[in-house]
Amino acid sequence: MDKNQILDAVQNIFRDNFDDDTLVITPATSAQDIEDWDSLEQINLLTAMEKKFGIKFKLEDVRNLNNVGDILELIARLSA
Amino acid sequence: MNLLSYPFDSGEILQKKRRLKKMLNEKEGLPEKRIAILSGSTIGEIQNLLELFLLDNGIRPVFHQGEYSLFYEELVFDDGSLKAFAPDIIYIHTSSRNIRHWPSPAASAQEAEALLEDEYSRFEKAALAGLRFGCPVILNNFDLPVTRPMGNYEASSPAGKVRFVRRLNEKLAQLADNTPNLYLQDLAYLQAQFGMDSFSDQTAWYAYKYCCAIDKLPDLCCNLAAIIKSCFGLNKKALALDLDNTLWGGIIGDDGPEGIQLGSESPTGMAYSEFQQYIKDLGQMGVLLNVDSKNEPANAKEGFAREDSVLKEEDFLCFKANWEPKSQNLSAMAKEINILPESFVFVDDNPAEREIIRQQLPGVAVPEMTAPEEYARVLDRNRYFEVTTLSADDRNRARMYKENYQRTAAQENFGSYEEYLKSLEMTGGFYPFDMEHAPRITQLINKTNQFNLTTRRYSAAQVEGMIQSPEYITLYGQLADKFGDNGIVSAIIGHREDNNLDIELWIMSCRTFKRQMEFAMFDHLVEACRNSGITTLTGHYSPTPKNLLVQDFYGTIGFEETECDDQGNKSYLYRIPEDFSPMCQVIQSQSNPTKE
Repeated sequence: MDKNQILDAVQNIFRDNFDDDTLVITPATSAQDIEDWDSLEQINLLTAMEKKFGIKFKLEDVRNLNNVGDILELIARLSA
Repeated sequence: MNLLSYPFDSGEILQKKRRLKKMLNEKEGLPEKRIAILSGSTIGEIQNLLELFLLDNGIRPVFHQGEYSLFYEELVFDDGSLKAFAPDIIYIHTSSRNIRHWPSPAASAQEAEALLEDEYSRFEKAALAGLRFGCPVILNNFDLPVTRPMGNYEASSPAGKVRFVRRLNEKLAQLADNTPNLYLQDLAYLQAQFGMDSFSDQTAWYAYKYCCAIDKLPDLCCNLAAIIKSCFGLNKKALALDLDNTLWGGIIGDDGPEGIQLGSESPTGMAYSEFQQYIKDLGQMGVLLNVDSKNEPANAKEGFAREDSVLKEEDFLCFKANWEPKSQNLSAMAKEINILPESFVFVDDNPAEREIIRQQLPGVAVPEMTAPEEYARVLDRNRYFEVTTLSADDRNRARMYKENYQRTAAQENFGSYEEYLKSLEMTGGFYPFDMEHAPRITQLINKTNQFNLTTRRYSAAQVEGMIQSPEYITLYGQLADKFGDNGIVSAIIGHREDNNLDIELWIMSCRTFKRQMEFAMFDHLVEACRNSGITTLTGHYSPTPKNLLVQDFYGTIGFEETECDDQGNKSYLYRIPEDFSPMCQVIQSQSNPTKE
């Protein structure tokens, strides 16, 4: 899966979780940009991504994720 | 398809919770309940998910969230915020992550015992403190610890953590069993259901302080919502069961009673037999069993006449084996039993039949029945009939409904309805609330929907508080006749305001509609009022989707309407006449209450 495919899949997860079919995310998108993106929702997003990509985040992985770019990189690394 | 009924997709629920909430929020007229969630670990998502499952069960929740991990402090030393919130339910979200001191492998039996008492008393104290607020309290028991340094020996040694948890759970079970209004959520069962390795997710604990895996939170909330809706009397009441390939394998009309698959001779037959046993157990909890099948009645009955059939013909209340549409049969049964169609669960292996019921009777629960070995589990996990209390009346309910059937049959032999009522030789008992009958009265108050003028719900503590209180005049009614004893079927709560009695609540079980029991209750209420110098009565009607039956009730017994708002809420006034003459002529009063 290349970077664009991962971004597409992650965007679909964001759209589902925030119930907003027009939501567009970029690597720079962060919790500041989406009103409902709080710490609780972050957990749900990560859980959905684990399921989607068939990966399991480790304790150290889920710290210091500051924006969509960090998440994309993490997924790319774990599913490589 | 209902996304929230078992087997559901947890991931989908977590992802689509915003959309689901919007959809569920469109339901109107749901009773509002105030639910306090106290934290032993993270509860954020639990509130969101519980909200979905409660809305799905017909409850609109309003939440109070405790601070992280402060369940004990907030319950025992309430700073006034819990009291101000006035909860209808308190849920204490604890788990074995809240056990502070575990025995170490080096602990002696005495040391382990002291730790056990210490830990237990902290949770007991929290639960009992919760009960001060006068509402049901739900406490979790404990999941097993993820590791066991001594291995299998942990299960038998007093110093073993596994045995420690099991002993704690036994003590909590005893506490709940002996404490009215305290209910246990069986967290240990949930953990076992999924397996420790997938339920007790270490990352979810260390990273987010959730006591279980994120994708098990929907299951936990589904289970919790079942206890809550049961407390508020929103369980399903009846099953409408298909026969061929549902209660036995094969088509009895084609294969004959000897040809159907049932009993221990084949694997499939065993699965059907065990499913029948599961249904029989439900019947013993008071769930009303009914047949709704496309069959010749004679053929259908032959199946239950087989010696190895666990279910027998007499286990069923309504037996509709015919060629009518099943939705029509179900509606007819609802009418005959006098319950609402949405109190039914429809069980049928045929997807087309299930779809018709979903289309025609949207309130009926229609679980997905796929293979006989899964039937019982699908019914079970959906928790339609969650038990919070099991009264003698519950165990006898099927018999009582059956007696009602005989009454209906007897009715046809009489010239007038009055003559028929007299022939029933009814006797009634009418008494102020007492401790012995308080649990049954509370149960009746919280599950009666049709003959219920105000649909106010009361906790056990509130009901007990009215006993002997000078502020209240209370009355419950028992009814028996020559066919059998119905037990307690009606209750009235009146609040004294000088010379007026304000009727806050008037309910009657649908089993005793049209028996003049409501008149007899009124006669005794008037008598109690006169004995206390009360001269007027005020009554109220608040409409709900289920109580249209009694919208004009006060008018029919001589009350005058004094107020009516645009929502249909009405108030009434009744002046007790000097020469009041009793309205009920067909029920003899007895002098002492019968034991429940």
